[in-house]
Amino acid sequence: MNIRRFVLIAVPYAWLLALFFIPFFIVLKISLSDLALAIPPYSPTVKDGILNMLSAFDFENFTFLASDDLYWKAYLSSLKIALISTVLALLVGYPMAYGMARAPDEWRPTLMMLVILPFWTSFLIRVYAWVGILSNEGLLNQLLLWVGWIDAPLAIMNTTTAVYIGIVYTYLPFMILPIYAALDRLDESLIEAAEDLGCSRTTAFWLVTVPLSRNGIIAGCFLVFIPALGEFVIPSLLGGSGTLMIGKVLFEEFFNNRDWPVASAVAVVLLLILIVPITLFQRNQQRQAEADT
Amino acid sequence: MSQTNFSPWDDPNGKPLIRFDNVTKKFGEFVAIDGLTLDIYEREFFALLGPSGCGKTTMMRMLAGFENPTSGTMELAGKNIAGVPPNKRAVNMMFQSYALFPHLTVWDNIAFGLKRGGVPKQQIGTRVEEMLKLTRLTKFARRKPHQISGGQRQRVALARSLAKAPKLLLLDEPLGALDKKLRQDTQFELMDIQESTGTTFVIVTHDQEEAMTVASRVAVMDEGRIIQVATPDRIYEAPNSVYVADFIGDVNIIEGTVKPAGEDLYHIDWNPNQAPLLAASERPFSDGQTAHLAIRPEKITISTEQPVDAKNTAKGTVLDIAYLGNLSTYYVQLEGGQIVKAQTANTRRLSRRSITWEDQVWISWSATAGVLLDQ
Ligand SMILES: Nc1ncnc2c1ncn2[C@@H]1O[C@H](COP(=O)(O)OP(=O)(O)OP(=O)(O)O)[C@@H](O)[C@H]1O
Ligand SMILES: [Mg+2]
Repeated sequence: MNIRRFVLIAVPYAWLLALFFIPFFIVLKISLSDLALAIPPYSPTVKDGILNMLSAFDFENFTFLASDDLYWKAYLSSLKIALISTVLALLVGYPMAYGMARAPDEWRPTLMMLVILPFWTSFLIRVYAWVGILSNEGLLNQLLLWVGWIDAPLAIMNTTTAVYIGIVYTYLPFMILPIYAALDRLDESLIEAAEDLGCSRTTAFWLVTVPLSRNGIIAGCFLVFIPALGEFVIPSLLGGSGTLMIGKVLFEEFFNNRDWPVASAVAVVLLLILIVPITLFQRNQQRQAEADT
Repeated sequence: MSQTNFSPWDDPNGKPLIRFDNVTKKFGEFVAIDGLTLDIYEREFFALLGPSGCGKTTMMRMLAGFENPTSGTMELAGKNIAGVPPNKRAVNMMFQSYALFPHLTVWDNIAFGLKRGGVPKQQIGTRVEEMLKLTRLTKFARRKPHQISGGQRQRVALARSLAKAPKLLLLDEPLGALDKKLRQDTQFELMDIQESTGTTFVIVTHDQEEAMTVASRVAVMDEGRIIQVATPDRIYEAPNSVYVADFIGDVNIIEGTVKPAGEDLYHIDWNPNQAPLLAASERPFSDGQTAHLAIRPEKITISTEQPVDAKNTAKGTVLDIAYLGNLSTYYVQLEGGQIVKAQTANTRRLSRRSITWEDQVWISWSATAGVLLDQ
C-alpha cells in the first residue's frame, strides 16, 4: 500500500524535477557564470571541477541587469503590455463566454469548436497572417480605404497596438474557456431568484453572474497574463523595433549577442517575477476545487 | 384552522387577488397548463396538490413572472400582469431547488431582497435577525449554503422569500426536507405569519396532510388541469371525481350500476352474489348508469358479528392488517373477491385486539358514508 502511494506521489514529482527544476538549475548555473569565447560560450563549466566551478560563481550578471536601464524598462514594459492585454482579453472574452453559455444546447459544441479551432494551425502562421491584415498594404487598411473611412493607411504594424491585437487574439481561448466553464455551471434559477427578489437583469448580472464566475475570470486572466509576460514571437513579428518586451531582449541576448550568462540571468529574473502570479493562480484553482466538492 | 367564516370565494362580489382566465402554457408542443381558470383571494392559503409533472411549478413560475402564458390572461390585484418582469411584481417565490446564492452567507442571502428594496441598513439587520430566529438559523448566519444541511438550506430559502413580506408568496414544496416535528412547527409558523401579515400564500406540496392542515382551499391538479378546488374538508368528504377521491387520502372504490331508490337515494348493483348497496347522493343519477361509490376506510365499521341495523353490510375475511400506531387498517376480502379497507382507531393495546388474520368479519357503513361519483 505504501509503495503504491509512494509511486503515485513520486511520478508527478519526478516529472516536475525533470522538466522544471533540472532545466531551471542549469539556467541558474549559467546565469552565475561569465561570458567566455568557448563552446559552450561561458565559464566555468563542470569540466573545471565542481569546487572550482562553485568558487567561480558570482552575481555579476544580475548586478549588470540592475545597472543597465534597458532591462528593467523591458520588464516594466512587458508587465504593462501583459496587464493591458489581459484586461482587453477579458473585455472581449467575457461576452463571448457569456454568449456561449447562454446559447441553445445544440449550438454549444459548435461554438466551442470555433473557439478551439485556431489551435489546429501553427501559432507562427497565425501571427504572420496578422502581418498580412495589419500592414500598410494589409487587408484592414485596404478595406477601410475602400469603404472611405480613412484617406491614408493606418500605421498599426510595428506598434504596441499590433502587439495588443496579437496577444489578445492568440490567448483569447485561454480567457474564454475557464469563464465559459464557470458560467456553464451557473444555475439559471439563481438569476431568477435574484430577479424575484427585486434585481433588474443588469443588477442580477453584477450581483450573481459575475461573482459566481469569479474563479473563471481569475483563471482566465492568469492564463493570459503569464504567457503574455514572456511573449517573444508576437512582439518581434508585429511590434517591430518600437516595442520593448523582455522576451525579445532575452532572444537578442541569447542569439544575437551570444551572451548566455546575461540571457540566463534575464530568464531567472523573469521566472522570479512569474512566481507571484503563478502561485496566486494555483491558489485560485485550489480554492475553486474546494468550493466544488 | 384560521377564521371559521373566511370564505371570500363564496362571495359573488368578491375580488380575487389572482385571476387565471383560461390560461394555457405550452412548451413547444407540450401542453403544461391546459385552459386553467382559477381565482385566488387575498389572505388565502391556497394549496396545490397533484402528481409530479402536472404543472404546479409551471403555474407558480407564471405567477412569479418567469414564464408567460401562451394564451389566456392572468391578473394580479385586478391588473393584467402579462409581460411585467419578476422584479416589478409584489410576489416572492421560494424555489423548489432553493436557489440560494452560493457566494453569499445565510445572512446575506436573507438580506438580499431587502437590500434591493432600499430599506435602511439598520432595519435590514433587524428584519434578517427576525427571520433567522423564526427559521431557527441564528447559529448559522455566517455560514455559506454549502456548509449547512439540506433542511437548513430549505429554511434559508423560506426565510429569504419571507423577508420582504410580499403581497403574494409562492412556496414550491417549502417543507419537504424537514423532519415531521420541524415541519409541523413551521406549518403553524406559516399560518401565524399568514394571519399576522395578511400575505396570500400559494403553496405546492406533496404532503396531503400538510395541505389539509394549512390550506384555506386545496386545488387538485392533473396533467395541467384543475380537477377540483375546494376547502380541505370538502375535498376530502365530497370529492367530485374518482381521481380526487383516490388522490387525497385512502379510499375504497366500488363500481356498479345505479338504480334510484327514493329521494336522493340509490341502490348500487355491484356484485351478483351480494345485496345491492344503498347510497345517498345529491348529484342525480339515471337508472342503469355506471357509477363509483367512494368510501373512506375510517367510515367503514368492522365487527365480528353481523350488524343489525346497518344499511350496507358485507361479509369477508381479514387478509392483512396494517398497524399504524394510532390506527389500524384492515384489508378485508369480500366474498366476491374484492378487497375493502376498513380503518379503526387503536383505543386498546395491540394485545387485546379482538380481530386478527383470517378472521371472518362483517363490514358495514351507512348510506351517507360514501360518495357516489359518475367519473
Ligand atoms: N422549460 C420547460 N420546457 C419543456 N417542458 C417543461 C419545461 N418546464 C416544465 N416542463 C414540463 O411541464 C410539465 C409540468 O412541469 P412542472 O415543473 O410544472 O411540474 P410539477 O407539477 O411542478 O412537478 P413536481 O411535483 O415534480 O415538481 C412537466 O411535464 C415538465 O416536463
Ligand atoms: Mg415542481
